[in-house]
Amino acid sequence: MKKIEQAKQKKQIKKRNRFIFRSSILVVLFGALLFAVVSNLIAEEEATLDIGDKAKDFQLKRVANNEDAKKSTLQLSDLEGKGVMLNFWATYCEPCEREMPYMEKLYPKYQEQGVEIVAVSVDATELVIDKFVDHYDLSFPVLHDKDSQVLDAYGIRPLPTTYFIDENGVVVERVLGELSLERLEGYLQQIVPKET
Amino acid sequence: MSIIKCSTCGHQNKEGTTICEKCGKPLDYDQQGTLLNMRYDGSAIRSKTKNRSIVDKIWNFFSSIKVGVSLIAIALIASALGTIYPQKMYIPQNIDPALHYRDQYGLSGQIFYQLGFHNLYNSWWYMVLIALIGISIFIVSIDRGVPLYKALKNQAIKRHPNFLKRQKLFGEYKDYNEEDKTDFINKLKKHRYKITENDGHFLAEKGRFSRWGPYVNHLGLIIFLLGTLFRFIPFMYVDDFVWVREGETAVIPSTNQQYYIKNEEFIFETYGNDDEDAIFEAALQNTSGPVPKHFETSAIIYEDVSKDVIGSEPELKEINSGEIIVNEALKINDLALYQDSYQLNEFQTMSFKLHEADDEEEAAIAEFTVDLTDPESEYEFDNGYRVELNRFYPEYELDNGQPRSISNYPRNPGFVFFVHGPDIEEREASFLAIGQNIPSGDNQYKLSLTDFGVRDVSGLTVRKDLTLPIIGLGAFIFMIGVIQGMYWQHRRVWIHQGEDRIYIACHTNKNWYGLTKELEKVIDGTSFTMVQDQEKNNDT
Repeated sequence: MKKIEQAKQKKQIKKRNRFIFRSSILVVLFGALLFAVVSNLIAEEEATLDIGDKAKDFQLKRVANNEDAKKSTLQLSDLEGKGVMLNFWATYCEPCEREMPYMEKLYPKYQEQGVEIVAVSVDATELVIDKFVDHYDLSFPVLHDKDSQVLDAYGIRPLPTTYFIDENGVVVERVLGELSLERLEGYLQQIVPKET
Repeated sequence: MSIIKCSTCGHQNKEGTTICEKCGKPLDYDQQGTLLNMRYDGSAIRSKTKNRSIVDKIWNFFSSIKVGVSLIAIALIASALGTIYPQKMYIPQNIDPALHYRDQYGLSGQIFYQLGFHNLYNSWWYMVLIALIGISIFIVSIDRGVPLYKALKNQAIKRHPNFLKRQKLFGEYKDYNEEDKTDFINKLKKHRYKITENDGHFLAEKGRFSRWGPYVNHLGLIIFLLGTLFRFIPFMYVDDFVWVREGETAVIPSTNQQYYIKNEEFIFETYGNDDEDAIFEAALQNTSGPVPKHFETSAIIYEDVSKDVIGSEPELKEINSGEIIVNEALKINDLALYQDSYQLNEFQTMSFKLHEADDEEEAAIAEFTVDLTDPESEYEFDNGYRVELNRFYPEYELDNGQPRSISNYPRNPGFVFFVHGPDIEEREASFLAIGQNIPSGDNQYKLSLTDFGVRDVSGLTVRKDLTLPIIGLGAFIFMIGVIQGMYWQHRRVWIHQGEDRIYIACHTNKNWYGLTKELEKVIDGTSFTMVQDQEKNNDT
């Protein structure tokens, strides 16, 4: 009798060990699989700053669309407490050009509600931005990312790319490509600071 | 677990065993005398033994060769389908892929795009497929390699006569003397067989290690796959690109704005400018345009040592400098910059002169130079004239009759100038571009291009790859496994001492021809006749 019991016990231990061995190998292998797929999906997104992330702070020179602002710099963290629409654009980009009048149109209304519009141009020369700003009579701050540092930090690929950042500096929405007037207004409403 | 008890020796074999582990008697009770399946030496493949918990079920699924081969077949078919049309990265980047595939390739292109084949090799399902193959290889190796190892390590020297009789090469000898037997064994020894003996029964074996070949090469494959997996970690792998203009300092991408590169000079040489190139003269005449001979970027790499916020003026400290020539990279730690491409003669400056429109001599009233990298909006002269640069288009194109720039780079600059002067009532406008000089009306004064300056643009690949040693190691181990399994064979000769006769049976895992030839040499000179190929006998 004893022998049978011993054999049974041995079998039990063997079975358990086998289960542990197989489970741990499967966990490791499927873990690696999951890692590969997730990393691949993240890599495809390209832009490094995503919804839910804290917007990276930066400072850039303002372009002279306003004599007071001439040659002053603007730092993103100075705008904390306000909702910020951060638009990356260039004068040679047609869709960017199309959405500029919409931004200008909605700016006064949302500025009153605590939303700031900041347009970062990736143009090479300040002259073309100046002329563009004059032409469209833009009143919101336009910044010049001459050395593409902010472009690189934000991992911007297509132009325009627009971030909508809430009063706490967290990215609420990221839009790749052109915005219509309706969609723009919808997003702006999302980042109006809540009254506390 | 059910157990198969050997009817001869009473050894308890695991379920799934086909040849008794102890005495080597075939357990399939086949009386026909058909040849034995010697795969895995008759040991039970682990997964075939039981099938209870969910873990065991998953394990069994992946341990199936059928599943593995199917996965490989699916991956092969998918990979082939992906080559029908160009992948997404090889089509023009400024067009919506949905439109490109439809317009270029019609309906089949649209299907190709809709099914996601335009980005096949990076798609999640393709990755999963490759990973599943990896998992299958891993589990199959454990599942078959371990029992095979155990079976061969503990193999019995004395085998049941039925085992010998059912081998492919078999001989049965009644008339022999002991001398011949020892002679035969000694000759096997000379052929580098390892001889073990038990009760007058012999086993001669060589090349067992070749059986591990497949498992070694699987190990190599798994290391290789792991290496490719590490490419997703930015610390291990970077693949980026940067354009730097001569004289410009640009931030190196994928370094978190830590490093900057300055293009001091781009050197470009073509064939035919050298006495040594005289031998190529005939060949050069058959080509259109210059043939590049050598190009390099003389560059300096800086590190931004300031800890200021992004976008503020970097504080640059030189850390490396030198020439970047195609495969001779300039390095910062593990990050290497390789020469990839170039754009020659991009405009940098343009010089103009102002003169009277009807002056045939075109005597200059004023001269000025526009720096295209940072143009000024006004150029004033002492004699009262003033030129205003009203519009600047770096790369101008006509869009519905309106000029506009299509890029940032002065490849085809266009200008709108306003000329003001003491004898000009308001202003005179004109549009200038390469080969174009259009006055706005009946202008008194005219601007003419007098000179221009150009510079080259260097395209550099930014690359860091710490996975290469791992991938190399995997490939090396894979190759060892292939060689091990291909160039050696596991050969065994059993000599069973019966009561009044002797049985000889032989087995090899591959290359039966080689084994037969070897046995002919061993048997030659003894009184034994050559062992019979039972497979051939059955056929005829």
